[in-house]
Amino acid sequence: MSLNNVNGRGSEASKETEKYLIYGYLPTIGIECHVQLATKTKLFSGADNDAREAEPNSKTSPIDFALPGMLPVLNKEAVRLAVRLGLALNAKINLRSRFDRKHYFYPDLPKGYQISQFYQPIIGAGWVDAGGLKVRVEHAHLEEDAGKLTHVGGASLVDLNRAGTPLLEIVSMPDMHSAADAKAYCLELQRLAIYAGASDANLYYGNMRFDVNISVAKQGAKKLGTRAEIKNLNSFRSVERAVEYEFERQVELLEKGEKVKQETRGWSEAKGKTLPQRSKEEAQDYRYMPEPDVPPVVLSRKFVDEIKANMPLLPEKHRACWAELGLSQSVVEAILDNLILAQKLTTVIQKLGLPEGREIAKIITNWFANILLSEENAAKDFHQLEVEALIELAEMTAEKQLNSNSAKDILLKLLDGKKRPKALAEEMNLLQVSDSGELEIIVDKVLGLPESAQAVSDIKAGQMKAIGFLVGQVMKESKGKANPSVASEIIRRKIND
Amino acid sequence: MMSENWRKIPEIVRDVRSGAVSAVENVERALAVAECCKNYNIFVSITKERALQRATEIDQKVKAGVAVGELAGVPYVLKDNFLDFGAKTTASAKMLEGFVAPLQATAVKKLEAAGAICIGKSNLDAFAHGGSTENSFFGVTKNSKDTRRVAGGSSGGSAVAVALGVAPFALGTDTGGSIRQPAAFNGVIGVKPTFGSVSRFGVVAMASSTDTIGCFATNAFDARLVMNVMSGKDSWDSTTIDNDFMRHTSRKLRIGVILDFMTDDVDREVLTIVEKYVKKLDKKGYDVKTIKMSTLKYALPVYYVVVPAEVASNLARYDGIRYGHRARVAKTLPEIYGHSRDEGFMPENKRRVLIGNFVLSSGFFDAYYLKAQKVRTLIIEEYRKAFAKFDVLLCPTTPTPAFKIGEKTDDPVKMYLEDVMTVPPSLAGLPAVSVPAGRTKSGLDVGVQLIGARGSDAVILTLAEQMEDYGEQ
Repeated sequence: MSLNNVNGRGSEASKETEKYLIYGYLPTIGIECHVQLATKTKLFSGADNDAREAEPNSKTSPIDFALPGMLPVLNKEAVRLAVRLGLALNAKINLRSRFDRKHYFYPDLPKGYQISQFYQPIIGAGWVDAGGLKVRVEHAHLEEDAGKLTHVGGASLVDLNRAGTPLLEIVSMPDMHSAADAKAYCLELQRLAIYAGASDANLYYGNMRFDVNISVAKQGAKKLGTRAEIKNLNSFRSVERAVEYEFERQVELLEKGEKVKQETRGWSEAKGKTLPQRSKEEAQDYRYMPEPDVPPVVLSRKFVDEIKANMPLLPEKHRACWAELGLSQSVVEAILDNLILAQKLTTVIQKLGLPEGREIAKIITNWFANILLSEENAAKDFHQLEVEALIELAEMTAEKQLNSNSAKDILLKLLDGKKRPKALAEEMNLLQVSDSGELEIIVDKVLGLPESAQAVSDIKAGQMKAIGFLVGQVMKESKGKANPSVASEIIRRKIND
Repeated sequence: MMSENWRKIPEIVRDVRSGAVSAVENVERALAVAECCKNYNIFVSITKERALQRATEIDQKVKAGVAVGELAGVPYVLKDNFLDFGAKTTASAKMLEGFVAPLQATAVKKLEAAGAICIGKSNLDAFAHGGSTENSFFGVTKNSKDTRRVAGGSSGGSAVAVALGVAPFALGTDTGGSIRQPAAFNGVIGVKPTFGSVSRFGVVAMASSTDTIGCFATNAFDARLVMNVMSGKDSWDSTTIDNDFMRHTSRKLRIGVILDFMTDDVDREVLTIVEKYVKKLDKKGYDVKTIKMSTLKYALPVYYVVVPAEVASNLARYDGIRYGHRARVAKTLPEIYGHSRDEGFMPENKRRVLIGNFVLSSGFFDAYYLKAQKVRTLIIEEYRKAFAKFDVLLCPTTPTPAFKIGEKTDDPVKMYLEDVMTVPPSLAGLPAVSVPAGRTKSGLDVGVQLIGARGSDAVILTLAEQMEDYGEQ
């Protein structure tokens, strides 16, 4: 491919990268992303697939342990989730796919081979829109995860809880040309995995891991440079930093007239460097062989069509649904970062209908962006929040039955999904007093107070600013429940009478 | 060593059910014969206590009037590559010495549910690699007719156990002839079913695409009874199919004698005995013709590319990390792998691992493994065509009768040539049985192989049964 045809978008690359870009070098990046699928059980055994915080080796079966005579039995749910994620990647679903054995010896690989799809993957070519950059997906294949080693002193401990967890490995084409591109692509994959309901995509628990292939060449060069592969990056930040570092390293080598070696490198978070692991000459021969214990996977059109028909809404669909609200880009992205709230907002809009429901939906959007997604609340569980309750609360607010602080208090109480806003407002005594009879009594009381005398005479003298003080006093007296505009009206009338 | 023959399985079961002969008596008899036959080295381990306990349970059920299964109180011998809960399972390899099975193979589970009682685990070529039971870490098993000769293999122990009357039936595994060849060498019937008929779950894997579970018996009816109990779809093995072994066929069978295996390369006496068997078929009124099959000569080289590849893969799990043998001297990870596998495997295991890894390695994969798989497809295709004309194909089971112990151990290729007639059906996943056809002048057993189309196990077993009746007339 030619490097002239770089996507014409503003580069958010680091200053160092810009410096090299001036020299005329351009990085070319392809990414292999491993996504753990959120199945109940493992890819080939009945063992629990959720090993978060579990005791080592407590989530294994004789199959994961590779006892003699054990055979893999394919988990249909994993196939379903792979197809869903494939559809989210705009990819061709291969109706016939097959498993192969990839051999290598390591204590975290109990069978001495990994069951993967080398020759006939389940997901064919597709593409991802990474914030305006179209990144092509070469293919995606199902495979099982390996276990984990912990090195303690001179010994190594093997934990096979993760061994056999289903992975979908998504292999991109080399369509990215900056650290920012790489990060945007990884973020989009995460979002798609979550929205497709295929993975928890939690990086802290290693639900997504990235191998980044990067080469550099002069812009416009006909051939790509020699690539290095940086293995096992487990955060977006490390993807970004590793690309920046590796780009600079390779450019420096080329500038010195040296060659870039084709090799596998690791990323040291502490050192902020990539370090060599294996060169091409030392590369393993995986001795791929068709897996005779697992028959080919043959999907029916109907099976795929059913998944398509029941596909959860992807980010694009949510965006389209919210378009009429005229939200800022940052608010849209913030809400999209939270699957549950995004789904609730879309449901709100579907229930209310636009444009009639615009005002109510905007109130709810504001709550999401400013209250629920604030630092103190963002980590809370929003599953129980009921859409009907949200709408009821927003309507009460629009009708001025509640002031904004009261609405916020009730909103947070709605998170457990137990009570409706009206009941809560009454229980918490937060309903605004708009009843003029009741308010007049309070206003009379406030106007009679000695500390009000100055304000009253100021207003009589035409200084209407002083009314604010009196409204404040009424609010205080009513413990915040008074409707301030009604109160202001009554004060004005009483003083001017 | 001779012992009174066991009666047919339905008769044994009838006596257990009526209380005429108890299950305990059957087990005690089997154990006594096993004890007498010690010098044949049939067993890796005897499961006496468990067997007696299970027999007592069955007898108690009978006394209490509780229904017992169709194999109630029938003792059997289990090849030592089957996992039998709580029993040692070594696959006759040092690698698994002392390994106690934490679960039950599906085949064993089904047999036990029907009331059969395992009395011991029989010797085999380590990891079932071999055709003589000389490659066992626990010594050579001897032929039932001549102790200077091999039992055949890899299921040698099970074949000799049935031949000497230790038990009415025994289980084996057959990847390229490991049931049929020792059956032929010991004058018993040996069944290798259609691939997938019996679950491989809980059986130490040799080559996953050709491994089958089968049995030895003294007669065809017992064999089909046992196969029928074990067979059927199993959720633990995705390659399993349903297969009815009891189905009878009444139509006039068309039998094709494979001329490519009736040549001068075959031992003179073997040829004569098989020809006699063919004549008997003709006389009995079967439609007997000959057939030439040009691809079968490639089966052996194909087999010794494909099977070692799968063997190398399936043996990769024996790494000394989680279970099995770990070398004492090993300190580093490469040493644990290297020394443990060096010490735990027999020379034949290592040979196959090396061949397998070679044919799978980059640069050689296309020339060996891929080419072999293509030829395999041609062989399958030629069988398909042949079965359009014939119901059963026939040839000797082996080119020679049992050979002398040590005769072929120095020349692996000579040893592999013993499999030349048994590997073709294995590559094609076809059912094949070896039935006793007669004896040589020196008293060695000769077997004839009956091969059927996929799923037609009942057809070849029906033929075997009809020929037994004929022989008795």
